[in-house]
Order: sequence, then structure tokens, then C-alpha cells
Amino acid sequence: MSYLIAFSIIIIGFLWQVSLDGVQRKVTAKVHRRVGPPWYQAFMDIFKTLSKSSISHGFIYDFGVMMALGGTIATLMFLPFGNIVAFEGLDNFFVIVYLLAVGSLGMAMSASGSGNAWAGIGIMRALTQMLAYEVPFMIVVFGMIHAYGTSSLSELAHVQQMNGILGWHIFTMPLGAIVAFISLLGMLTKVPFDTPIAPAEIASGPMVEYGGKHFGMLILQHEFATLVEVGLFVNLFLGGGNLLEYLIKYFLVYTLVTLIYSVSARFRVENVVTYFYRVPIILSLVQTAIVIFTGLGVNV
Amino acid sequence: MSNKDQIKEINVFEEDLNDTITFWEKIRNIFRGKSLWMLHYCTGCGAVELPPTMTARFDMERLGMGPMATPRQADVLLVTGYLSVKTLRRVIYTYEQMMFPKYLVGFGSCTINGGIYYDSYAVINRLDYYLPVDLYVAGCMPRPEAIMNTFKTLENMITKGEANGWKKYVENYEWYRENQIRSLGEVYVKDEFHE
Ligand code: SF4
Repeated sequence: MSYLIAFSIIIIGFLWQVSLDGVQRKVTAKVHRRVGPPWYQAFMDIFKTLSKSSISHGFIYDFGVMMALGGTIATLMFLPFGNIVAFEGLDNFFVIVYLLAVGSLGMAMSASGSGNAWAGIGIMRALTQMLAYEVPFMIVVFGMIHAYGTSSLSELAHVQQMNGILGWHIFTMPLGAIVAFISLLGMLTKVPFDTPIAPAEIASGPMVEYGGKHFGMLILQHEFATLVEVGLFVNLFLGGGNLLEYLIKYFLVYTLVTLIYSVSARFRVENVVTYFYRVPIILSLVQTAIVIFTGLGVNV
Repeated sequence: MSNKDQIKEINVFEEDLNDTITFWEKIRNIFRGKSLWMLHYCTGCGAVELPPTMTARFDMERLGMGPMATPRQADVLLVTGYLSVKTLRRVIYTYEQMMFPKYLVGFGSCTINGGIYYDSYAVINRLDYYLPVDLYVAGCMPRPEAIMNTFKTLENMITKGEANGWKKYVENYEWYRENQIRSLGEVYVKDEFHE
């Protein structure tokens, strides 16, 4: 039964995220005062790439792509999707963070297997950026986990709903929410933090050698990773909710990300690291100190 | 390694090479037509018409088109103007790195017959001798409206299964290669990483 639920989460998540991606392209176009592609454009792109031929650069290259896609789909299975939890009791923050790394590492492995120099630079940048955004995000979430004594995501979402809207962590822990949102921009590798991809500088970075089916699988991987990352933010700071509420919150967060993305320019990679280690890390330490020493912002 | 083997390294759908169009191929063609990613190889003057085509006024993204940074991901190669013999070599490398199916659009009179450079020693006259061109845009240089019109035409051609330049390239590879070698000397794709 739980496998059936997990499978339907994957299907619904895929349809939802990919159509939302098309809608977001429309939103970006509106910001630029264009018309933009139709909402189903993202589906067209994915199916087209899957219908093209592709070449292989060796076993590691093929295997890494499948490892990235499989690892990310496996992560999605454990995430609470609204109030639907596929594997009861396993929707743990640590499980998700641990499994999400499998996807990134698979991709890093595969891209270095392609042997292209741009891919190497892109991976180096991606891992550096990971080092930058993970630290403040983890500090905030560990403070939260310490305060409640649980790391189950659905329980963390549940405790926020007890005091109504004002009980959400975005209102009770505003500094932490800001830090997590900035980290979310870094996780999604959207402008201003798209240094690993940087089409104009390093020709798409890790993606440089992928074409056809391999590239289609990596687009899918990116969509599923987006589902997990935005879902983490919604569960931790916006209080989850039932399926409809969850999807509305997801839509709002993702639209906000797009609005920021469509008007900003790119950081250089060393600026990303110093940026994250300056303001967000101080904010996250302050937030965690408040939570641990005064208990302010913890709903009981 | 013979010429035939070199092109066969890349895996082509066998049924894509047929002239009859099956049901699944029709569906595939619809997806391919609606989403065209382009690589703009900006060789000549025609390149300055691309920024207005991409940005707010003409908005190429309405057709599902967008720029891609690498030939591996691109479907359409735009050759925007005159090609000197030196550049031709790079264009051939770029075209051969793209994934099947791939399309090529030539911009302006320079790719058709050499344009104002027809008697230059350093510029090739007909792009069609070296690479299979699917569609030409007439004009010196073409306006953004003409470019948008061309892309729309290309989309319709792909959906109907008429943009077959890449099949011609696979089937008549010897002929194209002879022409390339005559102009350039030896043509080879240098692969530094897997030698
Ligand atoms: S056709 Fe005209 S505009 Fe185009 S490259 Fe030739 S000279 Fe330039």
C-alpha cells in the first residue's frame, strides 16, 4: 500500500511541478513584458529531449545519470506531500538530507565521467556552493529540531498548525525563515545563485556534455529535486497542511523564487560563499540562540 | 576507421531514417516541432538581428525556442552569415557534435551564394555543399520578422516530417565529406579526452 502511495506521489508531483514550471516561464515572460511560451512548454521540452538520440561517454557517465534520477525520486518518496506520507515514521529530516546528496553526487560523478573541462569547473562550483548554503540552513533546522525534540517532518509541520496561521515558523522564527529562503534560492541554483550552471560563462557547467535522453533524465532529476527542496521549506516554515493547502503554499513560494530570479543578476562563486558566510550565518546563529536559550518562537 | 564508421558512432534511431512516417514518429515530430533549442553560431552580420528576435518585442520564446549554450543540447544550428574557410571547419565540428535529429538554418544571401563575398578567396560560396541546410532566410540581412517567419516555417516542416537535412547528411556522408575535404584539407573531429 505504501508503495502505491509513493508511486502516486511521484506521478502527481511530476505533473504538478512540470506544469508549474511552464507557468513560471509565463510569469518570467510577464515580468520581461513578453508573451512567453504556453504553460505546457516544459512537458514538450522533456518529451522532446527523451525522443532524441544521445551518445555515451562510458559506463560512469550512464550510471551517474541513473543514480542521480533514482536517488532524487527515492528522496521524494519520503517527503510528506501535504498530509500524505508514504512511509509512516520515516519522513525524517535526516533521511531526506542524506538521500538528496545521492542525487547531487550521482550527477557530479557522471559529469566528471564525461571528461569535459567545463563540467569539472561546474562541479567544483556546485560543491562549493553546497558548502555555502548548507551550513546556515542546517544551523536553523537543527535549532528547530533541538527545540521540539523530533526530526520528523510531518510532526514539525503538525506542531505549527496548532496555533493557526500565526503559529507557522515563518512568523514565530522570522530570521530562520529568511535564512532558509535564501538557502532555498541557492539549492534551486536559480539566479542570483546559479554559478554552477552559468550558461554564458562556463557553457552550462556540469550539463555541458549531456544531450538527448541523458539530458532529459537530468531535467527530470532537476524537477524532482525542486519538488523536494521547495517541499522542505513549505513543511518546515509554512506548516504543511492538507494537499490543497500544501500545493497553494508551494505555488506561492515557487512564484516568489521566480520573481526574484527574473530580475536579478549572477553572483561570482567566491561572492556566493562570502555572502552566505556573512549575513545568513549570523542570522541563523542569532535565531538558534534565541530558540535554545529563551524558547521564543517555539509552539508548545 | 572508414568514414561510414565515424558517423555510425552516434546512435541514430533506425526507424527515423525511414521515409515512411509511423504513428509514433508523428507524435515524436509534434514534440520536436514545438520545442526547438538553438545554437546561434554568430559568424557574420546576421547575428545582430538575433537579440531583437529573442527579447521583448519579437519574443522568440513564444515558439518554444531558446538559446542553448552547448551543441549537445541544441536542435537548430543557426549559421548567421558569411563563412570563411577557417570558420567552416568549426561549424562542421559543431554540427557533428549535435544530437540527431538536428536542423540547420542559413541566414542571408551569403550562405546561399556567397553574397557580396562571392569572389573572395577566403569565403565559401554555398553552405549547401558542406552541410545540409534545411531552410534559408533571404535578405541581406533578414529582418526579425523574416526570422520569426522562418522559425514558424521550420516548426511546421518538422511537425510534418519534412525537415530531413540530417537524414541527407547521414545518407550522403561521402559526398559532403569530399566537398569538405576539398575546401579544408583533412576534416576530423578532435577528441582530446577519449584517445
Ligand atoms: S548576407 Fe549580408 S548581412 Fe548577411 S552576412 Fe552576408 S553581407 Fe552580412
